[in-house]
Amino acid sequence: MGEIDLATVNWARAQFILTAMYHWLFVPITLGLSFLCAFFESIYVRTGKEEWKHLTKFWMTLFGINFAIGVATGIIMEFEFGTNWSSYSWMVGDIFGAPLAIEGIFAFFLEATFFAVMFFGWERTSKGFHLFSTWMVAIGSNLSALWILVANGWMQYPVGMAFNPTSARFEMQNFWEVLFSPVAMAKFTHTTSSSFVVGSLFVITVSSYYLLKGRHVEMAKKSIIVASVFGLIGSVFAAFTGDESAYANGHFQPMKMAAYEGLYEGSKGADLVAMGILTSGKKVGDGQPPFAFEVSIPKGLSLLAKRDFGAFVPGIKDLVYGNEAEGIMSVGDKMAKGKVAIADLALIQKAKKDGDEQAKTAAIERFKVNQDYLGFGYLDTPEEAVPPVASTYYSFHVMVYLGTFFLLLTLLFLYYSYKDTLAEKKWLLVLGFCSFFLALTASELGWVVAEVGRQPWAIQDLLPVKMATTQIAAGHVQASFAIFFVLFAVLLLAEIKIMLKQIKIGPEGV
Amino acid sequence: MLLPQPGKIYRFYRNGFKSMTVGKTLWKIIFIKLFIMFAVLKVFFFPDFLQTNFSTDQQRADHVIEQLTGSAHLN
Repeated sequence: MGEIDLATVNWARAQFILTAMYHWLFVPITLGLSFLCAFFESIYVRTGKEEWKHLTKFWMTLFGINFAIGVATGIIMEFEFGTNWSSYSWMVGDIFGAPLAIEGIFAFFLEATFFAVMFFGWERTSKGFHLFSTWMVAIGSNLSALWILVANGWMQYPVGMAFNPTSARFEMQNFWEVLFSPVAMAKFTHTTSSSFVVGSLFVITVSSYYLLKGRHVEMAKKSIIVASVFGLIGSVFAAFTGDESAYANGHFQPMKMAAYEGLYEGSKGADLVAMGILTSGKKVGDGQPPFAFEVSIPKGLSLLAKRDFGAFVPGIKDLVYGNEAEGIMSVGDKMAKGKVAIADLALIQKAKKDGDEQAKTAAIERFKVNQDYLGFGYLDTPEEAVPPVASTYYSFHVMVYLGTFFLLLTLLFLYYSYKDTLAEKKWLLVLGFCSFFLALTASELGWVVAEVGRQPWAIQDLLPVKMATTQIAAGHVQASFAIFFVLFAVLLLAEIKIMLKQIKIGPEGV
Repeated sequence: MLLPQPGKIYRFYRNGFKSMTVGKTLWKIIFIKLFIMFAVLKVFFFPDFLQTNFSTDQQRADHVIEQLTGSAHLN
């Protein structure tokens, strides 16, 4: 084969980023708002008060609009896998088949079936069955997310598999190890809990707007109480699960952690940077200080990464150039082993074509020695193993600041709701109105940390992104990128228009 | 209570769709979107590369291995 066309790689990357980030505008609202609808309806069924029924139907309508515009946007990513990422798709097909098939079954049976009862069944089914259906939609939506996140978690920490060098496929060896991998579990719990916050802040934003306008005041106040409780619980849970994610990164993706902490030189009792400005143009090993300005929490990073104030946390320099004292192999050494693995892979293929079983078996045995370093063999320089530090660092820190802000915000909303003075606190309502947009930003930034922070890998240590792409013309990907951009813009405008119209009409219109 | 009888289920969906308000607009958007996705994008812009260019799994595996072991990676 010839040289890799980086234009194709980067356009395929850009297209996937566009699609994934667009898809993620809708998903967290679905995950969070579905549970809120279930809470609202549970209160209606328990109290029998019609005002709660109207309130539930109103939020359910907004949930339906979001669902309808967002539905199937994720399928576009599957199209992209087949066209732009064919090598990757081939290699992971055996691993992703089971989780994605289960996701499809859940999505169809739990969501689609009960979704109809949720919207059509108000007057046609019993209260209890309708409530059950609403809960099933919420649970089904979140369980659907589980399987996608398990697949993503596997890419970050590939376990429960063996690479078959004759078919070039990662073959599933242990489904439960894939499902219950610590990275997948941390990813699922952090993603869902943060989505609960996004859903809650969506309700708070719309309700704050009503209170600022003096419209639907009672409905808005009731909605805010439930959303604030759920948002507060979600925020606390997101903080704990975020800590768990960081702990998993500390063990399984130390380079990602070093990038989002701007940690170039590892140390025992490493400090956690609470805030700081990175030195512009800083490169690993250039001797420049990593920060132009920083405020740190002493030994905080060691605690975060290893649950031990005195533990060693490796920096980017340690991970790239190695640290013998801490038993960290350099990327250069890993590259050498990776190149041996690639050479053995080529020999396996040659022996297979020649029909030489003995040579094939011997090459497979040699390949197994270095297969864990396969991906490193494709790197051109050791420094290529470093992800974009600035975007990972700033995304992580802004996400954490916003997460903390949401916790305080939901506490304030609850406090003033309890005092029954919320409608007078215009400043808080303005903050509440802005909060949903900030929550979506935080949610998207979380994915930037997760995905940019694991570059250059498509599958951690085993397959770099540049080797995962199909070598097709960059112009082909550019054309479909432009079409997606226009399609997504039109769909987003449609959603905003329909959503705003429905919010303007208010609960009387449902 | 909804009983799992075909007639009842059919009437449930028929009446549900008939009584939709904003849902009618949403369904139109969903159908247009699905048409664009499956009849235009999938067909003209997103062929499955390995399915289209190779007829057996063995050929697909060989192609991917060739990509992974090309001379550019063995230096």
